[in-house]
Amino acid sequence: METPRIITRFAQPMRGLLHRFAYLGLIAAAFGLMMLGKVDTLLMDRARVHVVDAVAPLLDALSRPAAAIENAIVKGREIARIHEENATLRAEVEKLRQWESAARHLESENESLKTLLKWAPPPEAAFVTARVIADTGGTFVHSMIVGAGAQDGVKKGLVVMTGDGLAGRIAAVGNHSSRLLLLTDLNSRIPAIVERTRTRAILAGDNTDRPRLIHLSDGGAVTAGDRIVTSGHGGVFPPGLPIGIVTSVAESGVLVQPFVEQARLEFVRVVDFGLEGILEGSPPPRIEPASRRRAARKEAAKPDEGTGR
Amino acid sequence: MKPTLARQLDTQARRLMPAATTLALVLLAAMPSHLPGLARIMPLLALIGVYHWTAHRPDLMPARVVFAIGLFQDIVGGGPLGLYAAVFLLVHGGIVSQARFFVGKGFIVLWFGFALMSAAAATAAWVVTALFNAALVDSRALFYQYLLTLGMFPVLSRLFLRWHPSLVAGS
Repeated sequence: METPRIITRFAQPMRGLLHRFAYLGLIAAAFGLMMLGKVDTLLMDRARVHVVDAVAPLLDALSRPAAAIENAIVKGREIARIHEENATLRAEVEKLRQWESAARHLESENESLKTLLKWAPPPEAAFVTARVIADTGGTFVHSMIVGAGAQDGVKKGLVVMTGDGLAGRIAAVGNHSSRLLLLTDLNSRIPAIVERTRTRAILAGDNTDRPRLIHLSDGGAVTAGDRIVTSGHGGVFPPGLPIGIVTSVAESGVLVQPFVEQARLEFVRVVDFGLEGILEGSPPPRIEPASRRRAARKEAAKPDEGTGR
Repeated sequence: MKPTLARQLDTQARRLMPAATTLALVLLAAMPSHLPGLARIMPLLALIGVYHWTAHRPDLMPARVVFAIGLFQDIVGGGPLGLYAAVFLLVHGGIVSQARFFVGKGFIVLWFGFALMSAAAATAAWVVTALFNAALVDSRALFYQYLLTLGMFPVLSRLFLRWHPSLVAGS
């Protein structure tokens, strides 16, 4: 049956208009979501982790062949170099034996000094080992998804490490997956110190492979080759975790090469040092009742009004 | 004659394939490659899916599906929610409005169109990210990502083209 011409004549532009409205509405929704995410990060994180949780098994399955191929390549390379490596390892064992005896000596000395000082040891650290199931570190965000979540004891803000050093921290937690914010991400800020000079600074990620040291406390007492470790300020990271090595000191900034090779991350340790630090998104501590705070704000606003006139 | 249930299901599955393959591309791009540096410049595979299917079968890749794919990319990628939803929609809108240029053209023309569209998409994403974070993001990685995405286009697009006959048979 043929549709009457009058209907098609009106229906066509109407449909076009509706389509255009739907399209513009969706674009507006996308920007609205971005705005909402800027204002209410917690809500967005919660919605996000549920979806990631749902696809975590898929990601996990996808990540296995890649890891298997990588392992095969690494094994092949190792066999090719085994003799050479054996010799260097022997030499290293020799050297480390001497260090071991030095360490044992220092350990016993440290132990006895601690008892003399009544030193309170920090709480015992607990950790979960998790597989990296997705490397989502794109051009705009440096993060990964690991296959352990709340049911494995992972909490937001926990420290993520490998044997080499600090990798980042947990930014969002689902039931059986969580998001690891790498220390190179634009939003990563880690209180650090230069190990040699004890100069305090903040290690700020900028989405490149080498984060920068900013806010150096005494104007650049740092040289290339210095080791950077966490300072423990802010109470999120414990002091002394190795982060990386300074590669260049220039006018534009101090660049740090992290010890952790992010591309090669396969298993990470999520460590709970028992620290309750200041984290973004956590509610600010309430110190005084709201009424008094309002009064204080009014007081503070007064001089501003004076200068305005 | 009314088609049987199995036939209807088969048709539905075929019609869902463009969206499903593009969603799979999002996950594929998130796979840990263990190659140094690749993760930073991992091609934006989902954009290829969105572009290809919008250019060839806009009826199976409507704006709401593009929006959902973009949102999924944002969720998995960890970026601000809505960023790639908006960027993919812009690409989609660009093709739909320039349908006369895209429909029935050869592969090289489509690839050229993709080069322009994905350049616009990368620029838009960069600007929005800079505004969102109130900081300039290093654009070199983005440039290499763009080149890689451009290089991946023929591979994926050819693969998708093989499925076209089965899609036509289903609809």
